[in-house]
Amino acid sequence: MKLSLGPIQYFWSHKDVLEFYARMIETPVNTLYLGEVVCGKRRELSPIQWIDLARQLASSCGKEIILSTMTLIESGADLKGVKRLCDNEGLLVEANDIAAIHYLSEKKLPFVAGPAINIYNAQSLQFLMSQGLKRWVVPVELGQQQLRAALTPLKVKPEIEVLAWGRLPLAYSARCFTARHHGVKKDDCAFVCQQYPAGLQLKSQESQSLFTLNGIATLSGMPVNLLNHHASLTDTGVSHARISPEWEQTEIVIETFYNALRGSSTASLAGGTDGYWRGQPGIDLIARE
Amino acid sequence: MELVCPAGSLPALDVALASGADAVYIGFADDTNARHFQGLNFTPQKAAIAASKVHAAGKKLFVAINTYAQAGAFQRWQRAVDQAADLGVDALILADMGVMHYARSRHPDLNLHLSVQGSATNAAALTFYHQHFGITRAVLPRVLSLKQVQQLAAQSPVALEVFGFGSLCIMAEGRCHLSSYITGQSPNMNGVCSPASAVQWQPKGEGMDTRLQGVLIDRFDATERAGYPTLCKGRFDVEGKRAHALEEPTSLNTLSLLPALQAAGIGAVKLEGRQRGPAYIGQVVNVWRQALDALQRDPTGYHVAPEWNQCLGKHAEGVQTTLGAYDRPWQ
Repeated sequence: MKLSLGPIQYFWSHKDVLEFYARMIETPVNTLYLGEVVCGKRRELSPIQWIDLARQLASSCGKEIILSTMTLIESGADLKGVKRLCDNEGLLVEANDIAAIHYLSEKKLPFVAGPAINIYNAQSLQFLMSQGLKRWVVPVELGQQQLRAALTPLKVKPEIEVLAWGRLPLAYSARCFTARHHGVKKDDCAFVCQQYPAGLQLKSQESQSLFTLNGIATLSGMPVNLLNHHASLTDTGVSHARISPEWEQTEIVIETFYNALRGSSTASLAGGTDGYWRGQPGIDLIARE
Repeated sequence: MELVCPAGSLPALDVALASGADAVYIGFADDTNARHFQGLNFTPQKAAIAASKVHAAGKKLFVAINTYAQAGAFQRWQRAVDQAADLGVDALILADMGVMHYARSRHPDLNLHLSVQGSATNAAALTFYHQHFGITRAVLPRVLSLKQVQQLAAQSPVALEVFGFGSLCIMAEGRCHLSSYITGQSPNMNGVCSPASAVQWQPKGEGMDTRLQGVLIDRFDATERAGYPTLCKGRFDVEGKRAHALEEPTSLNTLSLLPALQAAGIGAVKLEGRQRGPAYIGQVVNVWRQALDALQRDPTGYHVAPEWNQCLGKHAEGVQTTLGAYDRPWQ
């Protein structure tokens, strides 16, 4: 099983993004996904700048580089951005909306289907494979059993990627919840989400960590953590374990997963949830050993 | 504009027809539809009665098979498609590409609509579904502003249906896993959001705590009426501030947008509420019939009668309504 680093979900400055990838190329991840996937207003890097950065990394760092498209497309400008990424000429694209699949399949290009593409069964998977699907990033709520059942009927299987560590992208809305928290309108947001490079914690009135507000996206309050499940991921046919970038800890997580996959360490990562993978509510905590 | 009305039972369907529905949408009594609630929806036998009633009234019947087929159980969704086709329904409302592919190959003459659960918000996505599955209509998620709806209508290869009234989904439908994350029951797979089986009402002193799968969603004092614990409408703490961080309990009401929607070429307006009883259906459908008739009679003189809003307000969640994402400041 290989390690991939998903797209950055938060709004980081141009400088922070460049510094982050400069660090990440030194880590043992095999694949880097690049691009803005949450909000069309987050233009610290334009689609063209993302493509340039991706090309530069692809030619220099020896890792697989994939461009990720936006998830919720609301305006003509959003759609143009998606088309621009799909027209990049050379780099594989992770489609996070059917719009991207439309552009890529028209050009007969292979693509990665991102986690927000609703594929829940072999029949949908097979149809999209006929359109060019090469790798399937499994919807966050599919557990081991359901993934196995979706793959069983297939003679030829695509590459399978599962989010193994990081906050789960749970929902997308027109509304910016970070702006709402600050009492400003989305149109006048002044990019308040940049003040929260790790998102904004939402807790129940009993202080239970539920969600992380991240602009128009709602992420899980705690990271998913499938480190202890790496054997069952491999057994199920997962080819890529995805780590989702977080403001802190990303290198430690990569290192720990890398060592665990090589069998050279039994170090653990504290905390997190693994409910979805076990067929339980996603919020269910990893059982204490 | 066609008025598309919900029915979760035969009595509700009768009332929808009597109150002026142009089309009624129903679902089978299992997890193939996105309103899978105990005691609701239609067995194949009842669906056959529904079809004959609707067609005798000269109206249309749509069947929603709009969850995503669970792996290893695809036959259940196939059977639902076959049953609906046998009934001679006027359209199937589908979300899953595998199910659409099956419907298109097995029943090539069947009319297909893309469900709101399909999350298509742009012309490229609509074109994809149109080209591959021949969909003739798509229901838009409740996330676009009026201007965006107008622009999309000008480019769309298929007719568009928008939500007019009912419970407000503030997340893009088909892309929300909040309820699934807490309860393990998923809108996409099981057809339920904040399922009743996970709800707990806990009286506390003079007030009430509402929970979902043990998670505290809201806490009401004696002066407040406790609302249903839908995750996106609870009161939570963010940086020490306690508020409806996502949305207040409220319903969508777009009566005031009807002239603009009609001018944009929107083909149909949908009312939400298959889980609601005949009294709701009768009054709400009646208001919308009056509004659409008034618009038809005199497009420039159309205005929202206060009694229409009063009536819809009574049936709204939290007794309040909003234009939701259609209205830019809401976003």
